[in-house]
Amino acid sequence: MAFRLAFAAALLCAGIAVAQEIPPGERRSGTDFMSAETRAIQADDGSNPGMLWVLQGESLWKEPAGASRRSCASCHGEAATSMRDVAARYPAFDTASGAPVDLAGKIDQCRTTRQHAAGLPRESEELLGLSTYVGHQSRGLPIAPPDDPRLHAARAEGKRLFETRMGQLDLSCSSCHDANWRGRLGGSAVTQAHPTGYPIYRLEWQAVGSLQRRMRGCMVGVRAEPFAYGSAEFIALELYLAERAAGLALETPAVRP
Amino acid sequence: MNAPLLAAMVGLAVPGTALAQDAMPRPAGITPGEATEGARLVADRQKSLCVLCHSGPFPNPHLQGNLAPDLSGIGARLSEDEIRLRVTDMKRLNPDSLMPTYAASKAGERVGTAWRGRPILVEQEIEHIVAYLASLKE
Repeated sequence: MAFRLAFAAALLCAGIAVAQEIPPGERRSGTDFMSAETRAIQADDGSNPGMLWVLQGESLWKEPAGASRRSCASCHGEAATSMRDVAARYPAFDTASGAPVDLAGKIDQCRTTRQHAAGLPRESEELLGLSTYVGHQSRGLPIAPPDDPRLHAARAEGKRLFETRMGQLDLSCSSCHDANWRGRLGGSAVTQAHPTGYPIYRLEWQAVGSLQRRMRGCMVGVRAEPFAYGSAEFIALELYLAERAAGLALETPAVRP
Repeated sequence: MNAPLLAAMVGLAVPGTALAQDAMPRPAGITPGEATEGARLVADRQKSLCVLCHSGPFPNPHLQGNLAPDLSGIGARLSEDEIRLRVTDMKRLNPDSLMPTYAASKAGERVGTAWRGRPILVEQEIEHIVAYLASLKE
């Protein structure tokens, strides 16, 4: 009897411990959780403040930089053609470094190794502008993470991190965004945490910021030590998030509360 | 598997089962709480964080969460000792609860340096919250 009770208890425990992943048919962008007013700001390019970063990125795209005196456009031409659907496929495996790289990291790599220019710091206006401009070229396209076996280990690590309880509050990403996405934390919708619109214009920030800035905010919120910008951990999380959001349309630049 | 944990889980599996472990007496050296101080702590969105998940008869209903039970009338449903256990360490009743362990250092990975080794609330603060919640009878 004691054994059967213990077994039943163990089964029960396991059943609670494994947060259910959101079925593909139930995946919803953060846009669906916003007020009509905020959705309207995002939908109208004339009111969407993120479009200012797109415009800044567009001028940087054409601007020669570094010792090469080449611009992004010198090699890549029209971004509308060459960068179409690129953001939908990132992070990707980078053969030069032998590791996964996120879009901002790839832009910075191009900057230093191809243009021979100074690197662009994470969250700098220049890198956010270029990332937003490149991301914008995939607006409306479905998130399509590459099925590259070289990404499997990092993506699995991202899933593990997503499900790891962290910080003094002892919460994982999954605790809220898989198990409780329908709920409200304070006055705000929890949401499913799909990276559909990054870089986003966040009203709370009064600026455009990256997915990693957003994740750092959540980590500080649970009173954890946030991962560093550009770290392998954040790129692993981005890989898992892309797979988790596969098929949802990109909205860059999204507007969020 | 340790006995209290097993008992707690079996308790979950069988609703209505009374548990000796379902309550916690006031710790030695801690004086009875003050409900007014407890009300202030519960409403504190930066320190106790209670209202981020719980709703109840507190200020600013539109800024309250719904990830955890409404605390209205909690004093009519649970005794002071039962409330104390839940505020102190809800995970003793349900290891998968969202609710952080308030008194002990039972935290997750990578605790921020400002918080490392520190409880969310000290025992006397928990006692104020217990006194306030126990006073919510309807």
